[in-house]
Amino acid sequence: MNLAKSILESDRLALARLLTRVENDDPRAKADMDALFAHTGKAHLVGITGSPGTGKSSLANQLAKAIRKEKKAPRIAVLAVDPTSPFTGGAILGDRVRMRDLHGDEGIFIRSMASRGALGGIARTTAAMVQVLDAAGFGMILIETVGAGQAEVDIASLAHTTIVVEAPGLGDDIQAIKAGILEIADILVINKADLPGVENAERALKMNIELAHPEDGEEGAKGWIVPVLKTQSHLGVGIGEVVDAIHAHEIFLHHSGEWQKRDEHRLKSELEKLIEQRLREHWQNGVDVEVYQQLVEDMIERKISPYQAVEELVK
Amino acid sequence: MPKRRIRVLIAKPGLDGHDRGAKVIARALRDAGMEVIYTGLRQTPEMVAEAALQEDVDLVGLSILSGAHMGLVPRVMELLKKNKQDNVKVFVGGIIPEEDIPVLLAKGVTAIYGPGTPTTKVIEDIQSLFKQ
Repeated sequence: MNLAKSILESDRLALARLLTRVENDDPRAKADMDALFAHTGKAHLVGITGSPGTGKSSLANQLAKAIRKEKKAPRIAVLAVDPTSPFTGGAILGDRVRMRDLHGDEGIFIRSMASRGALGGIARTTAAMVQVLDAAGFGMILIETVGAGQAEVDIASLAHTTIVVEAPGLGDDIQAIKAGILEIADILVINKADLPGVENAERALKMNIELAHPEDGEEGAKGWIVPVLKTQSHLGVGIGEVVDAIHAHEIFLHHSGEWQKRDEHRLKSELEKLIEQRLREHWQNGVDVEVYQQLVEDMIERKISPYQAVEELVK
Repeated sequence: MPKRRIRVLIAKPGLDGHDRGAKVIARALRDAGMEVIYTGLRQTPEMVAEAALQEDVDLVGLSILSGAHMGLVPRVMELLKKNKQDNVKVFVGGIIPEEDIPVLLAKGVTAIYGPGTPTTKVIEDIQSLFKQ
């Protein structure tokens, strides 16, 4: 079956099937991916990340609902990543629970995926699945990461626009100036803004942003100033402002040339990952299992160091 | 790394609000290494079928305690067929009266699990369906 052709004709089952094949590294996906690649590069990729329970799924739900009501609304895909158990390989993918409002809209496609051992907040195949959705004609793709703490920042190299979702009470001004997840935000959202502590969270986050742009002063507009927005996503409060910020950021990216830069960066990092994977497979296929086992034993008995083992194994 | 993971949709169609059974089974299947898409309470058959399509699942588990299974289950199966997902297996858990069981099985339901079914039984059944 030629899935690529059916996908370009808006066949949803073909789309779902190809996503599965891509996720499973099924070799049959390759020809379809090659055929679809020329159709990619159009979608606005919007990442949504933040700690577990801050309301990423609910926010995705509200954003998709609001944007679909616009004139000339794009079709929207949501790709939601939840964690895989490190012990059993199983996963509960529960993001759809918060997205039931989106049912009945043919212009929306929601797909859940498990992280399958990847630690950066998205799965190894998330970028490839985004490519499929992009080719399928979704004008906006919301990518929701695993509940992320401080260092899960892979989404920033995938998305054009990264939204970091915070909630009141998660940390003070020192947390706010640490490196990591806050640095990748193009838009900061403080969700659950009805909870106590929201003023402190807002102050800490705003201060951090001011520290980052001391030179902008009044002339401003040289770079993008990260907006700090408050929402209550279960009620839809503040969603319009976030939607406006997403559109404003898209315009900024196009005007500044940053869109092109991010696109190049993303494709290059995708290529590097594929090369790594291919080299690893090549090595795995070529390695003598007995030699490998022997070297591992020698290493465990402290006869040789891991570095010496590598020298033996990778020649 | 195993390439193929069994993907299961666990859904609660209908109006009853008791989702403990659905959560127990979702958790058990997770611990058996499956990827479980959980969609929450009060799903219409249309919502269940749409989720099954988008998620390209291998099987759908329906938890129903409301007594509306004779309406809901055939409707879900009809919609799956309409979406060309005939290959998707459907199993049902909940309170299903004895006399309804053969009727549902005849309609193509793979298995029906009443209260007290050990989760290991469900896991074994599913794994044997997908043994290559």
